[in-house]
Amino acid sequence: MVPDPRLIATEKGKPKLAVWKFTSCDGCQLSLLDCEDELLLLAEEVEIAYFLEASSKVEEGPYDISLVEGSITTPDDVQRIQKVRKQSRFLVSIGACATAGGIQSLRNFADVTEFTSVVYARPDYIATLKDSTPISAHVPVDFELQGCPINKLQLLEVISAFLNQRAPQVSAHSVCIECKLKGNVCVWVAHGTPCMGPITHAGCGALCPSYNRGCYACYGPKENPNGESLCHWWAEKLGTDKATIIENIRNYNALAGSFKKIGESLEVNKKRTT
Amino acid sequence: MANLGQIDSANMDSYEHLLQAADLDDLIQAILEHGYEVYGPTLVDKAITYGKILSSADLPQGWTDEQEGGHYRVKRRTDNAYFGYVVGPHSWKKYLQLPHRPIWKSSRQEQEVQIIEIKEDVPKLAFLGVRSCELHAIAIQDRVLIESDYPNSNYRDRRSGLFTVAVNCTTAAPTCFCTAMQTGPAVTLTSDLTMTEVLEGKRHFFLIESGTELGAQILAQLPLKPSTVEEKQQAQKGIESAETQMRQGPRHFDSSDLKELLYRNFESPSWDKVAERCLSCANCTMACPTCFCSTVEDTTDLSGENAERWERWDSCFTSDFSHITGGSVRADTRSRYRQWMTHKLATWHDQFDSSGCVGCGRCITWCPVGIDLTEEVRTIRNLEQP
Repeated sequence: MVPDPRLIATEKGKPKLAVWKFTSCDGCQLSLLDCEDELLLLAEEVEIAYFLEASSKVEEGPYDISLVEGSITTPDDVQRIQKVRKQSRFLVSIGACATAGGIQSLRNFADVTEFTSVVYARPDYIATLKDSTPISAHVPVDFELQGCPINKLQLLEVISAFLNQRAPQVSAHSVCIECKLKGNVCVWVAHGTPCMGPITHAGCGALCPSYNRGCYACYGPKENPNGESLCHWWAEKLGTDKATIIENIRNYNALAGSFKKIGESLEVNKKRTT
Repeated sequence: MANLGQIDSANMDSYEHLLQAADLDDLIQAILEHGYEVYGPTLVDKAITYGKILSSADLPQGWTDEQEGGHYRVKRRTDNAYFGYVVGPHSWKKYLQLPHRPIWKSSRQEQEVQIIEIKEDVPKLAFLGVRSCELHAIAIQDRVLIESDYPNSNYRDRRSGLFTVAVNCTTAAPTCFCTAMQTGPAVTLTSDLTMTEVLEGKRHFFLIESGTELGAQILAQLPLKPSTVEEKQQAQKGIESAETQMRQGPRHFDSSDLKELLYRNFESPSWDKVAERCLSCANCTMACPTCFCSTVEDTTDLSGENAERWERWDSCFTSDFSHITGGSVRADTRSRYRQWMTHKLATWHDQFDSSGCVGCGRCITWCPVGIDLTEEVRTIRNLEQP
């Protein structure tokens, strides 16, 4: 994960940072601009060489660290991600689109040509792939930072870790641990609110449960998630209806880890019961 | 520091003083006047949590809790009891073993790296409404975090000035099993003060006794009167009813052979079964008043000139917990649950000379999918039968 220090451009000055966009809403790369207080400090440590959202001035590659936002949804994306990888020493995919295919991966469970025929006046102008896929499905990725959108403090942590050649402190455990560290009362147990926290990757600081709302898994699955058991308990004990369960499993991270499998099995059951 | 020595029994004979419930605030003010920060039960977000107490009005008077596996609700009581509930989502460990704290910071000056220990200006802590199981939990944490070979200095500093007002339980939740673990419901460890709440007809009072010199000093400031034999009997009756509730409840069991039972059952099929249900979310370990594991996290700033080390609660239910070169030793939930339960109930005896479980039931209530430690013990036992 932490690259050989010899790879980091030192003799030529600061490491070069690039920010790339694929199919996405730009929210994750905006979190870099949201850094505000830390942005100048970051600019002192790295050369922001390619970041179209911030500047049209472009430095040529290769780049020491590339932040890649968005999923792969077009034939052009497929070619371009290869070029990005070739120019990047350390590639970090940021956000649910890049790490899991994003909300647009819902197309993977339907017929995209049907969508284009309904949405566009000239669907024949639309060059799009049948599936939306994460960056890791196309090129090797050095680190994945989950979230929709990502947490800017975690992004700074990943960049700091890269600059200082150490492992990033990005825990893969559940949102529940973040709740418990904050002393939050469990919305599931104490209020009967369906919450995805037990199977969701930490990183947001338990934002929704801190405001007495259930987590809806925008950070995607934690390591070793047991979505089957969670969905079973929601249905059996919390009386959650099937549509709500599917909506929670099938949103920003529908393709990620076991979410895909669970979503498919719920779909099958839904079809059977209707 | 009150040394948590075992006291004889829950005999009410020693409770010579009576404090009217209307005068409970005098007790809180007396403790505050001694320079303590007082923490105790308070109603927050529809749960009885532990928080700062400035007066008796902060206590959840007239509230109770309803608890089952994966289920907790607060409810109004029909009376005005101050302590008419059991333990909630929080435990006192959040004040003694801080969830997240800085240990040291360092800065680089030229080629020198200077490391500066971050020493907390520790407040004088007073806990109001500590249950017997919780005193036992603190005693267990003392053995781990003070008396072991690897003491935690921040825990020791926070713990050393601790003042406790314990409360004998006069009610039990279905999730309580302190009788099985021999930790309650009557207070059996030394506390600075110990009280029993009595509501009898229109009367509402506390029987109160001191276990330390400081406790006696505080008692001397209160408007007390001597208790009668009848009042002592009423208090005794409350504790006995909590005890009966538990002994007749579904979670009472014989814990005397737990260590041997679990040592024999590393390969019980029950571990596969529980792993199907367990979310490995770590709620049980976070809610447990004795789970003491922590990790350290090192961070640097962008410049690389400044670094910090933080301590944070950790859990044996995470992959990182057992991550060594080559990966996680306990990659699956089966091995994580087995580790937690076997440590808590069995290997803890070899490591710290007691069980790691006090029977408070938090792991049952706060498990989102209601996994029940006592039921798991029963399953393992049953599967062992030929």
